[in-house]
Amino acid sequence: MAIEHAEQALTPSSYIEHHLSFNAQSVGNGSFWVLHYDTFIMSVALGFIVMGLIWWVARGATSGVPSKGQAFVELVFGFVDDQVKNIFHGNRHSFIAPTALTVFLWVFAMNSMDFLPVDWIAGIVKFFGGEHAKWRSVPTSDINTTFALALSVWILMIFFSIKVKGLGGFVHELFCAPFGTKIWVWPANFLFNLIEYVSKPLSHSLRLFGNMYAGEVIFLLLGLWASTGLSGTIFGAILGAGWSIFHILIVALQAFIFMMLTVVYLAMAHESH
Amino acid sequence: MNINFTLIAQAIAFAVLIWFTVKFVWPPLLTAIEARQKEIADGLAAAQEGKSALEVAAKKSEITLNEAKQKASEIIGQAEKRGSQIVEEAKGNAKAEGERIIAGAKAEIDQELNRAKESLRSQVASLAVAGAEKILRKEIDASAHSEMLSKLAAEL
Repeated sequence: MAIEHAEQALTPSSYIEHHLSFNAQSVGNGSFWVLHYDTFIMSVALGFIVMGLIWWVARGATSGVPSKGQAFVELVFGFVDDQVKNIFHGNRHSFIAPTALTVFLWVFAMNSMDFLPVDWIAGIVKFFGGEHAKWRSVPTSDINTTFALALSVWILMIFFSIKVKGLGGFVHELFCAPFGTKIWVWPANFLFNLIEYVSKPLSHSLRLFGNMYAGEVIFLLLGLWASTGLSGTIFGAILGAGWSIFHILIVALQAFIFMMLTVVYLAMAHESH
Repeated sequence: MNINFTLIAQAIAFAVLIWFTVKFVWPPLLTAIEARQKEIADGLAAAQEGKSALEVAAKKSEITLNEAKQKASEIIGQAEKRGSQIVEEAKGNAKAEGERIIAGAKAEIDQELNRAKESLRSQVASLAVAGAEKILRKEIDASAHSEMLSKLAAEL
């Protein structure tokens, strides 16, 4: 894999930097109007593949003896539904449970892209005419993805909070929880809520991003062993296999945590203090 | 690590996926699973019902069997009674018939005896007359004494 980039005077840091940069496409003026199209294409494709497969099974779902595919989908369905049922005690079927299923499966699929060898993906991209031979295949290791998800959940949280308690109730809660309704604790209450509202999306998104980014960096570092020769390549492959196996746990666990936090935040928005 | 337009694009993708799941994925799965749950619950209830029905039927059949046994033993008892009654009757009839035959025979015997006695009596009379005739031939006129002689014969 080192030979591929020989013309760039490859150093370990340039190799890693190369694989951690995005295929960016400017869509307007200014540094904000840039689209990481590798992240975007991967996430949208994965989202529609995964949810499309589930939809395909759900469309032919029978209440009789289920096929193996339906049994598997129902297993996932039941798992997510049980988790939501334990946390949220309203009508979960209309929105929160399907959202949790979407988040879990989508994040799981995006995290799973970490198992694909980075240089192979880059090679395929180069083969089809990509100019830089790089491709960030793990959308969740892009802060934009995790922050988009967390921010969407955050907006939903405020939306449900206002929907359930009314705008007055929402504002009342901003100033009167958690310390009480006395006017002299209003600033403290407001400060606490402000910190909570800021920290929620940050911790939500950065947890997932940090785990996936770190996982990718470790894969890249293990990939560097290939530059030390045959024995180094074998050694790196063994370590990479070990890290992949361990990474299965991280991929599933982070998807699960992200889903649980989504459900918890949305459930909390439905509760009045 | 820079926030850019990708954020908005991903948020839109997320919203579309949630909409898709809420609209098309979750409801059919929920319907299918809930229908199956109901079906299973109904099946279990039906099985329970069948079980209790079976118990009732078993109890009923036992009762019926006992009744039948009782009836059978009753019928057998009656039959035995009737049988012995018939035998007794037959015995009585036979005895009466026998006695009747014996009585008939006895009457006949008496009749025979009387007839024999009668004939014997007449024979003895004629014999006595003959004997007396022989003895008295010379002394007695038969015609003169015939009245006395016939009286004698009647007394014998």
